[in-house]
Amino acid sequence: MLNVSELTTRNLGPLSFTAEKGTCVAITGPSGSGKTLILRSIADLDQSSGDISLDNKNRFDCTGPQWRSMVRYLAPEAGFWNERIRDHFPDNFDLSGPLEQLGLPPEASHWEISRLSSGERQRVALIRGLMDNPCLILADEPTSALDHDSTILVEKLLADQIASGSIVILVSHDRDLTDRLATRQLQISQNQLIEVHT
Amino acid sequence: MNYVTLGWIDLAIAASLIFIHGVASILFHLGIGRQLVISATRMCLQLGITGLVLRFVFSQNNPLWLLVLGTFMVMFAGYEAASRQQNRFTGKWTFSIAASSIGLAASIILLLALMVIVKPEPWYTPRYALPFFGMLLGNAMTGVALGLDTLTRTVKSERLAIETKLALGHTFNDAMRQTVRSALRTGLMPTINAMAATGLVSLPGMMTGQILAGTKPVEAVKYQILITFLIAATTAAAVIMAVLIARYRLSDNRQRLRLDRFVVKQDKTRG
Repeated sequence: MLNVSELTTRNLGPLSFTAEKGTCVAITGPSGSGKTLILRSIADLDQSSGDISLDNKNRFDCTGPQWRSMVRYLAPEAGFWNERIRDHFPDNFDLSGPLEQLGLPPEASHWEISRLSSGERQRVALIRGLMDNPCLILADEPTSALDHDSTILVEKLLADQIASGSIVILVSHDRDLTDRLATRQLQISQNQLIEVHT
Repeated sequence: MNYVTLGWIDLAIAASLIFIHGVASILFHLGIGRQLVISATRMCLQLGITGLVLRFVFSQNNPLWLLVLGTFMVMFAGYEAASRQQNRFTGKWTFSIAASSIGLAASIILLLALMVIVKPEPWYTPRYALPFFGMLLGNAMTGVALGLDTLTRTVKSERLAIETKLALGHTFNDAMRQTVRSALRTGLMPTINAMAATGLVSLPGMMTGQILAGTKPVEAVKYQILITFLIAATTAAAVIMAVLIARYRLSDNRQRLRLDRFVVKQDKTRG
């Protein structure tokens, strides 16, 4: 279970909310309201104050990298540092299954990063971000560069993660996606998170 | 030592040669006349002051004066290295990183050179210590300026890749590995390239000076080889120190990437 208590980011807070295992919480709000900062703060990539704990493990009880290997922030635009897709995964990781699940052919593992479309990059980043089954997934616009068909595949992948017990915090402009995936919706309103009843 | 001393008339003749610059400026409308006069005057003044300071320090033969002058030189090297940076840390960190790494590396190598290798009597004889220190500082300064500039530029251009690695649970040092490597390489390359070209493309200044002052060429070459190795060692130590301290400054106790520690540049576009 995720417990966020009195979280203060650069422009919001204090915010408190909890999320149970196997659920998806959507955070909504206008652009620039600080949704990304909330996700980045939970992953401890940006400075913030307040208690965040996952399964009773406080973020300050472990190092930044230890925390971030459990709490996975998936940025809308992901970075790559090697030439090919394959080089961003461990040698023993079988890529063909996950690639197929997201509508990419098995030979894509040898594709050059510089020739990928933004949608392909986003899907590859998703595979990379989820390969070690993080307990908490902070998905920041996971389908922003995707067409309808790919969006369905990514939605399925996230739904599988939720079904297997992960917690997903979702930020997305895609109303349909949040409506279908989210167990609860929280809206940023006047520096607070308000529960939205749908 | 036998060498021809220069009179004031000799210098005046040399100075008149700058006339060529002036003619070029007028003929081609270069508009560098003013700058030319300022630069030439600065050169004469700075060297003149340096000459007087050196005469004073040489005559005193007191290590304390050496320390004062050395400190001043380190400060200037740090300032110069910091002024060549496109991205500067807030709160004088860039100057402090540059000055401390350049100063520490050059001081250690200088002590080694004076006390173990050259061994003048006494070891702090300014005639040896100051020129050595100056050459070590100058080269370390270039290396550190390049290394820091490459580090901070790369960390900005590769922000996405570095932050993605951090988000995937990599340690900060791991996420920075490629960036640090390219910064170190850029900082160290000039020294290595200079070694390869020495003696073929250019005769080093110190060796030329010694030969002019009457030293036998082979003796001058020996000194040049010594100083070249000392320079290489100083530059390497200073660049490594500066880049690693800067890497430390780019992160915090949660191993985040802290680009907010750079000074936010003023918007240069006008009105």
